[in-house]
Amino acid sequence: MNRFDYARPASVAEAVQAGAGEQVRYLAGGTNLIDLMKENVDRPMTVIDINRLPLDAIEELDGGGLRLGALVPNSNTAWDARVEQRYPLLSSAILAGASPQLRNAATNGGNLNQRTRCYYFYDVATPCNKREPGSGCGAIGGVNRIHAILGASDQCIATHPSDMCVALAVLDATVQVTGPDGDRAIPIADYHRLPGDEPWRDNTLKPGELVTGIDLPAEDFTQNYTYLKLRDRLSYAFALVSIAVVMRVEDGTIAEARVALGGVAHKPWRSTEAEKLLKGQQPSPQAFGAFADALLAGAVGQGENDFKILLARKGIIRALKQAAEATPQSQTDKRVA
Amino acid sequence: MPTAVNSATYAAVPIGTVPTTLTINGETRTRAIEPWTTLLDLLREGEDLIGTKKGCDHGQCGACTVLVDGRRINSCLKLAVTLDGAEITTIEGLGQPGDLHPLQSAFCDHDAFQCGYCTPGQICSAQGLINEGKAKTREEVRELMSGNLCRCGAYSNIIDAVLDVIGEQA
Repeated sequence: MNRFDYARPASVAEAVQAGAGEQVRYLAGGTNLIDLMKENVDRPMTVIDINRLPLDAIEELDGGGLRLGALVPNSNTAWDARVEQRYPLLSSAILAGASPQLRNAATNGGNLNQRTRCYYFYDVATPCNKREPGSGCGAIGGVNRIHAILGASDQCIATHPSDMCVALAVLDATVQVTGPDGDRAIPIADYHRLPGDEPWRDNTLKPGELVTGIDLPAEDFTQNYTYLKLRDRLSYAFALVSIAVVMRVEDGTIAEARVALGGVAHKPWRSTEAEKLLKGQQPSPQAFGAFADALLAGAVGQGENDFKILLARKGIIRALKQAAEATPQSQTDKRVA
Repeated sequence: MPTAVNSATYAAVPIGTVPTTLTINGETRTRAIEPWTTLLDLLREGEDLIGTKKGCDHGQCGACTVLVDGRRINSCLKLAVTLDGAEITTIEGLGQPGDLHPLQSAFCDHDAFQCGYCTPGQICSAQGLINEGKAKTREEVRELMSGNLCRCGAYSNIIDAVLDVIGEQA
């Protein structure tokens, strides 16, 4: 790890002031940043320890939603009684990720901002346009079992590794940020971005901006939901493909369904256009399959990850069935029903 | 008459270090710590508490698990200076030869290790699991112990040992 200046601001305003400089990183739980610094993938000159900032609460919002403080640990969020009762999908997705120790340290803001686990991004001896703009992409034509099938570019096929963010995508969460130009709210769909020709940008934060919280809207989905995570090991592994679903079922008919995929793109993958296909349908393998084909339209394998296209299609159908039948995937008993 | 300068006052904090107070296994210590020092390296190299093990050093194995204010974390991914004021419990703080912690006794009773390298992390993790109070069934203990790898493959006996202690406490 390189040496750096360490600052521990006492207020959000102080933190943002310090964060405006070059090669500055905000440090929260550290489960991703410290690892990247050990690998020399990230070499900040200044590390701003934000752990003492007052962003560590889960609070009720006017109108019925919840605000998840950026510094609330993932485990506290997943096991918060209000989150468990009103947003069980979010609890389930968080508990599907990482390990208990990592979830105890990792924060909500850090989960949003975690970086890809692409092997080439992590290996400083190989080219990577995300780590070293213009150096090339080792994963294209290389070892790419875990890489993107949707929304990739000819410069980067990395995926976003979060489980939590896939749930936030279907919950229509909003990311609250503050920065040199003041506060703003970013819809989750606009928070992460596709690589395009700027693969080094994971999200739409501006320099110096700091995530302060994540707002969940009042509308909850407590019956018809699921988070289905498919991976090489049953626990403690990143998703090859994951599927978050929330649904409203009225008189046996799907009134609304939202579906997002993890592990397949540079951001949680969702299509509100494709979701219209499910509206008014009765749950059936045919309806779910037609939707899966629409959501996966344009999917391209990179060689080693070709299997993900079929895995995603089958996973989507299975997850929609779980949600329609109100039998969400257990994150303890990993058998897929 | 010249005033004597207490050199200890001025030399206490080397340049570039951050004065940090940690209570480790009940003993409060203030140290001048380089900010890039992980809790794991501080424990092993600064405090000579070598019970906590370095496995992968990347949060992928759990061998370095310790308790910070009663919560289990990977000490390899935590900068020590960020923990100013915290209480750290390592395997040495849980039990000692002749005065074993119930989890240590249960690991012996159930033959829950072979080489023993992952064991301090397993036991600290199990204490964290008990503190959380979420795991009751075998399946729940399996899932919530999944952050600790055992390359000898003693998993089933580890789960037996943890269940034994949970059962005694219930």
